[in-house]
Amino acid sequence: MTAGNRLATGGRIDRSRPLNFTFNGKPYTGFQGDTLASALLANGVRLTARSFKYHRPRGIVGAGVEEPATLVELMGADASGNRPATTVPLTEGLAAKAVNCWPSLEFDVGAVNQLASRFIPAGFYYKTFKWPNWHLYERPIRKAAGLAAAPSEPPATGHYETRYGHCDVLIAGAGPAGLMAALTAARAGLRVMIADEGCEAGGSLLSRRLTIGGADAMNWVAQAVAELAALPNVTHLQNATVWGYREHNYLMVTERAPANPSLLERTWRMRAGHVITATGAIERGLVFGNNDRPGVMLASAVQTYVNRYGVTPGKRAVIFTNNTSAYAVAANLAAAGVEVRAIVDSRDSVPDDARAMVPGIEIMAGKLVTEAQGARQLRGVAVAAKTGGSARIISCDLLAMSGGWNPTVHLWSQSRSTLRYDEPLATFLPDTPAQAVSAAGAANGALTLQDALRSGAEAAAQITGAQSPEIPDAPDLLYDIEPLWRVETTKGRAFLDLQNDVTVDDIHLALREGYSNVEHVKRYTTGGMGFDQGKTGNINIIGTVALAQGLAMEQVGTTTFRAPYTPVSFGAIGGLREETVALPYRHTPITDWNLAQGAFMYEAGARWRRPGYFPRAGEGLQEATNRECRAVRFGVGVYDGSPLGTFELKGRDVGRFLDYLYSNVMSSLKPGHGRYGLMLSDDGLIMDDGVCFRLDEHRWIISTSTGHADAINGYMEEMLQTRFPGWNVFITTVTSQWNNATICGPKAREVMAALGTDIDLSPESFPFMSYRDGTVAGLPARVVRVSFTGELSFEVNVAPRHMRDLWAKVMEAGQPFGILPVGSEASHVLRVEKGFLSLGHEVDGTVDAYDLGMGWAMSKKKPDYLGKRAVQIRREGAAPRRELVGVIPEPDRQIPEGAPLTPGGRKERTEGFVTACVWSVVHEKWVGLALLEDGHARHGETAHVRLKGGEVIPVRVTAPCHYDPDGEKLRS
Amino acid sequence: MMQIPCPFCGPRNESEFSFGGPVKPPRPDPLTVSDEDWTAWLTQVPNPLGPVQEQWWHVRGCGTWLSIWRDTRTHEIVEAPDDGR
Repeated sequence: MTAGNRLATGGRIDRSRPLNFTFNGKPYTGFQGDTLASALLANGVRLTARSFKYHRPRGIVGAGVEEPATLVELMGADASGNRPATTVPLTEGLAAKAVNCWPSLEFDVGAVNQLASRFIPAGFYYKTFKWPNWHLYERPIRKAAGLAAAPSEPPATGHYETRYGHCDVLIAGAGPAGLMAALTAARAGLRVMIADEGCEAGGSLLSRRLTIGGADAMNWVAQAVAELAALPNVTHLQNATVWGYREHNYLMVTERAPANPSLLERTWRMRAGHVITATGAIERGLVFGNNDRPGVMLASAVQTYVNRYGVTPGKRAVIFTNNTSAYAVAANLAAAGVEVRAIVDSRDSVPDDARAMVPGIEIMAGKLVTEAQGARQLRGVAVAAKTGGSARIISCDLLAMSGGWNPTVHLWSQSRSTLRYDEPLATFLPDTPAQAVSAAGAANGALTLQDALRSGAEAAAQITGAQSPEIPDAPDLLYDIEPLWRVETTKGRAFLDLQNDVTVDDIHLALREGYSNVEHVKRYTTGGMGFDQGKTGNINIIGTVALAQGLAMEQVGTTTFRAPYTPVSFGAIGGLREETVALPYRHTPITDWNLAQGAFMYEAGARWRRPGYFPRAGEGLQEATNRECRAVRFGVGVYDGSPLGTFELKGRDVGRFLDYLYSNVMSSLKPGHGRYGLMLSDDGLIMDDGVCFRLDEHRWIISTSTGHADAINGYMEEMLQTRFPGWNVFITTVTSQWNNATICGPKAREVMAALGTDIDLSPESFPFMSYRDGTVAGLPARVVRVSFTGELSFEVNVAPRHMRDLWAKVMEAGQPFGILPVGSEASHVLRVEKGFLSLGHEVDGTVDAYDLGMGWAMSKKKPDYLGKRAVQIRREGAAPRRELVGVIPEPDRQIPEGAPLTPGGRKERTEGFVTACVWSVVHEKWVGLALLEDGHARHGETAHVRLKGGEVIPVRVTAPCHYDPDGEKLRS
Repeated sequence: MMQIPCPFCGPRNESEFSFGGPVKPPRPDPLTVSDEDWTAWLTQVPNPLGPVQEQWWHVRGCGTWLSIWRDTRTHEIVEAPDDGR
């Protein structure tokens, strides 16, 4: 059924459940429990990838997240790019292909890059593709270096989820140390989450043949998992990676196969009382000539394939090591029937207990592999003494290399906890924690099984305060290492970072060119910047830098470990926040009506959906807007003013609070009356404008612009809570408690009368800037006489539950008068005609009330209010001010908003800009507003707009108000 | 994401809060202060390397404005708000 690389028995695969899959279009078969990588090796597929830059042939190197060489693109329903083949669980029908090769893996045109390698060293992009600019080259280079593309569509079914979680102890890793820690903490009653990136608990025990308490170590794992499963205070996740460690013990955990079948992935945002990083260790490669040939693998990966998957990745193996851990690999290979031709050990003396594990295998102590031979596949290795001399060629198809072990300190370091270099273990170890975190097991340098178990128990016991439990007997070979950062007597290209094709020569080049800091070396060479983040190669890079510079490892230091530990899909970060759920819109009760009328809806500040205009058949924006404007100016219109920010203020001190907030005096208002005002910040900028009404002695209601409502709310609360905590003022947001239909136009009073109201509407008893409570069309209402259009207006405020009813009645009562609904576009035209300001148009960070011709709003009576002193200081300066004016284009034409004004239209420093330009239905021509230097003194003059491209439009400067300058209409 | 202690609601995620900036000295009397001192108060915001007192608004919670001392190097909250105020 499969090729001859699968053992007849053993491993954690289910031989009764074969799975069909394809790789590069060819069909293969694997078993339940396989990864794509183990299934490919079982089928004898050695060449699985082409490298990033030189397109060199590559095979599978690792067995887990450390895999630096074989990235695949998954197709079909599982579509995703750049997945290490070692982390893809095999499923029925899986379709994968190699990335980074064209036209095919076996014949890759890009491989000519190898011949040109002399000309494409590290940093060659920076040096070569500068002229005229990088973007000219970007596309073809990205294609040539082409990793897999992002899937064109999201998965067709299922969704992503994020959730928050809390626990007393979060344990990253369910290997021996993690499980021991979880048992210890859980038995003490703590709320425990244990998350492990593998499909199965056990960590290194899945790959190694060890015993705990005299029985197979996996029996102990099964018992531990069963005990944890029975405890209600434990959440145990497999296939779930703890990939981010943020401040205040906030960690990100992504489950790739949650139990819920409708979920693709689930991210837990965990707040943990304490964190134990039991993340294990990752084996380093060794650095010698052509150490990237397919067939050169990490020794631990070889061990995993043999023991866990029942796969022999080769027939004749050589082991190359600088430490004792590879001896168990040799023993496991020999037991599986693989011919182990030699163990090449760079150390001069090999411990006896290691020798005892491999009876009958030749041990070549004090020797080095200087070169791997073969092209698309390993054919043999050259072995020589450390001192050099002639090499002996050993033919083989598998080289299992072990450069020693790096504790997986990624999470530990992400927490900002420090590392130290440990000479005996020749690696970096956790040192001082920066948060409530401890490291356990191999991740803390406990590289033998019993030490790892004890370390996990102790880490948890320190949190519970209990005695550390007894540790079962777990014999393991003592770890002994002599560092070998690179083989210096080597031939051929020696790779430090396989994924990014970074060689020893590249590092030396970077150092020669002055990039001596390890962070600079990383960025200049891109070493450690691939998907694998240099999990197998980074320490060798540091070692290579240290050797070249004559520094100690500690002096070189590590690069910064950053989240994510392994790649995370965007969906898993975003969760359910898709499309409008990410930022919901706000609606008024009239939205359905607007949509039914065919209104063109858009966002008009603070996520409010408002109608822009109500086009009739055949109308565009301009025609519809003109029609709506004419209705307001010559008949009657109505708009929904509900989104305007509205706040009710109650308390004895509201008067003086408002006097402090607004630039003009509010406390002198009589109940029933209102005033328009400006709110400044203390640095003199105009923050907001709005109207303020006094309801009674201690009750007020204010409105803010739609977009600023939330910010002003926070600002008012800040003032009250931090600056005037003793003042008696209570603020209630009532934006959504009052909805309104604002009826405006010369016929507004007639429509109000037709609606039926108990309020006397005559201008004598109900003047402009006052309000009355009463009933309108039988509904309890507060009617306010404000005007944002310059016409007679009645703002009819009702409770939201009455809004639709009111609206329908207004449309019905207004029909004989030709009432029309008015959208934001028409509102804009009407306010520009009146010269009313709009924040964001006429008001920016430079403009003050005097510039706007609103000096009257800056109280002279009040000794102090927000912004007074700052405006004073600014106006004492000699710089010319840009002042608000009206502009009338001559000839009559539209001017784009924001168009600059320059002296005489010449190409000189601007003296202002056009803030708005609209078609006036009153004047039947284009009119606008502008901020212009010394504008107030220039009424009647001609200024000049200079468009991009040099076109000049003369404009006549006028007062800002183009319509009814005395306000007779709005007061009528 | 930081966890910020609210005197009313207890420790809550930073996402419930809106940042209110470092706490400045009390506002000088604008009627008597010199232009220089006024401008300095307006424009110079404390930005130390180390503990800084800053304000947060629990806008998606109880609405309180609170102040904490936060170490800008580590995000450690070295002094929480006083519950009894």
